[in-house]
Amino acid sequence: MTLPSLPDTAIRVGAHAADWRAAVREAGAALARSGATRPSYADRMIEVIEEFGAYVVVAPGLALAHARPGPDVLHGGLSVVTLAEPVAFGHPHNDPVRVVVGLAVSNAEEHVASVAELANVFNDPTAVDRLSAATSSDEVRQLLGAAAPAGERA
Amino acid sequence: MRIVAVCGAGVGTSAILKVNAERALDRLGLSADVSASDLASIAAAGADAQVILTSTELATAVRAALGRSFAEIIEVQNYFDVDEIGAKLEASLG
Repeated sequence: MTLPSLPDTAIRVGAHAADWRAAVREAGAALARSGATRPSYADRMIEVIEEFGAYVVVAPGLALAHARPGPDVLHGGLSVVTLAEPVAFGHPHNDPVRVVVGLAVSNAEEHVASVAELANVFNDPTAVDRLSAATSSDEVRQLLGAAAPAGERA
Repeated sequence: MRIVAVCGAGVGTSAILKVNAERALDRLGLSADVSASDLASIAAAGADAQVILTSTELATAVRAALGRSFAEIIEVQNYFDVDEIGAKLEASLG
């Protein structure tokens, strides 16, 4: 099992975000650009953090932005946003965030395999540093072990 | 033995916690049934669990939602740190 393919539209390297909401919006915009979600999904990812707190900052420097499945999820997908300036999410241990991974799933069972694949990547404690230093979409895909969609393959 | 990983939405973070808890148990040579749950279903999902894994931020809400339960709530800081999860599980189960 591998990660869902990660098109250029789902990756944003060196984004400027003024605060955590802007950072999550970047991840939401990337999911919408890639066709995985409608733009409203970004609002729902923000609502999860407003409701439950910054627990989505699951490791030092890494936020896993996500919401429940819903009609605004067109198909399961991932987006990756690296931040030019680190942003505080309000997490007691894992702030500031340098990498935001946006996750959209269309049903609760489907995503477990791709999440396990993400875990493989981030079980390596240097992964966030390396992702944060990436300068191109290709480099991000390489670090995640993700493929480009057929149309974008070199 | 039953372990439940809890997050706010029940997808994503709790699934990561579940995967990494299973890896930690493997390393410890322990076997357990690990499931993922959202906060809204934890009272039912956690009723017969020995251990609930969640983040510090959600621990208070989990405790309130669980009500009376014998389950121990373990707070995980780094969801990808299998060593941290393993050490905390070992302390709790050992």
